[in-house]
Amino acid sequence: MFEIFGIPSQALFGQLLLGLINGSFYALLSLGLAVIFGMLNIINFTHGAQYMMGAFAAYLLLQYVGLNYWAALIIVPIIVGATGILIERLFLQHLRGLDPLYGLILTFGLALVIEGLFRNYYGSSGLPYSVPPQLQGGHNLGFMFLPNYRAWVIAFSLVVCFATWFAIERTRLGSYLRAATENPALVRAFGINVPRMITVTYGFGVGLAALAGVMAAPIYNVSPQMGSDLIIVVFAVVVIGGMGSILGAIITGFVLGIVEGLTKVFFPEASNTVIFVIMVIVLLVRPAGMFGRSV
Amino acid sequence: MKLATASILAVAALVGSAAHAQQINVKLGVLNDMSSLYADIGGAGSVAAAKLAVEDFNPAAHNMKVEIISADHQNKPDVGANIARQWADVDHVDAVVDVPTSSVALAVADVVKEKNKVFLVSGAAISDLTGTKCSPNTVHWTYDTWMLANGTGKALVKTGGDTWFFITADYAFGHALERDTTAVVLANGGKVLGSVNAPLNTPDFSSFLLQAQASKAKIIGLANAGGDTDNAIKQGAEFGIAAGGQHFAGLLVFINDVEALGLKTAQGLTLTETWYWDMTDANRAWTKRWQVLRPGKFPAMTIAGVYSSVLHYLKAVAALKSAADGKAVVAKMKEMPTDDPLFGKGVIRADGRKIHPAYLFEVKKPEESKYPGDDYKLRATIPADEAFRPLKDDKCPMLTSN
Repeated sequence: MFEIFGIPSQALFGQLLLGLINGSFYALLSLGLAVIFGMLNIINFTHGAQYMMGAFAAYLLLQYVGLNYWAALIIVPIIVGATGILIERLFLQHLRGLDPLYGLILTFGLALVIEGLFRNYYGSSGLPYSVPPQLQGGHNLGFMFLPNYRAWVIAFSLVVCFATWFAIERTRLGSYLRAATENPALVRAFGINVPRMITVTYGFGVGLAALAGVMAAPIYNVSPQMGSDLIIVVFAVVVIGGMGSILGAIITGFVLGIVEGLTKVFFPEASNTVIFVIMVIVLLVRPAGMFGRSV
Repeated sequence: MKLATASILAVAALVGSAAHAQQINVKLGVLNDMSSLYADIGGAGSVAAAKLAVEDFNPAAHNMKVEIISADHQNKPDVGANIARQWADVDHVDAVVDVPTSSVALAVADVVKEKNKVFLVSGAAISDLTGTKCSPNTVHWTYDTWMLANGTGKALVKTGGDTWFFITADYAFGHALERDTTAVVLANGGKVLGSVNAPLNTPDFSSFLLQAQASKAKIIGLANAGGDTDNAIKQGAEFGIAAGGQHFAGLLVFINDVEALGLKTAQGLTLTETWYWDMTDANRAWTKRWQVLRPGKFPAMTIAGVYSSVLHYLKAVAALKSAADGKAVVAKMKEMPTDDPLFGKGVIRADGRKIHPAYLFEVKKPEESKYPGDDYKLRATIPADEAFRPLKDDKCPMLTSN
């Protein structure tokens, strides 16, 4: 065993892996944000609340309907995505064409309302949700004890991230979507229902947030403020990756998870600020973000 | 000239008699976290408890009128201090009540002292409020970091948990709790192997847990509270902390945390509290009344502390027949023995520390719990004279300067 900066290499490998796990949450959440911003030009501040709704929906389905984690993984994104579609139809569609700032303020307000409602009914302490029985326990990797559930989180989020990237960048539907962002009038002229496509895209982005929420429920405290703790960090991730860049959001999510993980070893007090320091540096050097197209 | 003097005297007599019959107006300001991680140990629950205290005191019978207002300090010391200042200057608030989050409580204590109001602390934990930062305007009611450390820390070291690693919330409260617990561990022959400062509201503790695991300490002391404690314990179960022979010491765990974790995850956890809703008939009866205002929830000790501190404060104001001079009211509160249905008979020490017994609880296994909220079994009672820091160790400047 060797040491790196006074930290045993074993501990370091463990922290790298943990960083990767946290990174998978950042990646999933920032992916949804990037899809919504890239395709709709909406800065979706409700994303944190929608992530929280995902975790709560998983709890409620288990508690009142008896549906387990695996069912929640499929059903919850659909339910929460549907509420997203409702929000888009009721509010966001009227803001199309306006400055993105209007959407930001609207979604921020909505996030506060949603959080307040959940706090009113469920309190701030949170609700219990346990790891599904199939994924309990873990393996000793030699350098760390890896809980099975965390391994699942990495694997599953990688698959989801890749699938989303593929759908948007490499399929015909994705190309319609990208074209509709560039020139909605022209795409409409080809007989494609652009408003509906945008609505569905918003619903999909929200569904991604809810999916992250379901995945977080067994390991994080399920409480109304769980999203607001995370959303600011996720926004920083999106900014660093480049607003609207799908690949950027994914890669930056994982990388920043690792950076944060390492900070927790070397200087834990700074672990919740390190991402913002990086954001400032990136904005100074590359204002469009690491993977963003120049503005 | 004579006439003028006579009329002045007459007016003075009139004013005097009017003042005598005038009712005493008291305004209480409940200042706490209404919207974030500590909202369940205070928040609207504390406001409800203060209302019950006013109801039980029956102000009309004492020719008093009591009004309660409340505000959210968002766990920010500057916000809390500003609200306290505004309450004192503009809203004529006589007493600031509750104030969880130690950093905010320290800031508010200064403002209250400057304005000569009364500070009834229930939610905040830091023992400095009656130590180096003690004030003639502060009464610290429910619990403090010294008492938590002494209760949980001592019990665990005595039963073999002699090596410790701390995961500490990186602000005033966490550091105070770590400091007080370290002192207890060392005094009882234990050793502290290391510690890590985690920022407040950290969602993921796995990195800190791994560091704790690597330390091989028998006890992982959680010098944090609320959602931070819940996350650490929840993720600790996942990372096999207990399976590896290590144990958590939740240095500040409220019943709301146990409910949030579920008994399956929280079972076996040792914790110290000064009040538990299911301990006596009086507590149960009071909880029923409180639940009318807060359906489906269980009151934490901090909420019970708001009730009994407000009740005692109102008694002192009634005895003094004035709420104007904060120092005088606090002096009266210290002079009068305390007696209420929830904390029983007790005293407030010269340093402002309220003295009552503390209880060491263990969280029940799921199969032992028979009804909602049936979460604790009593392991030991720490008598009132041992539960809190002895006066001689206080370092309270107010006491030594006299």
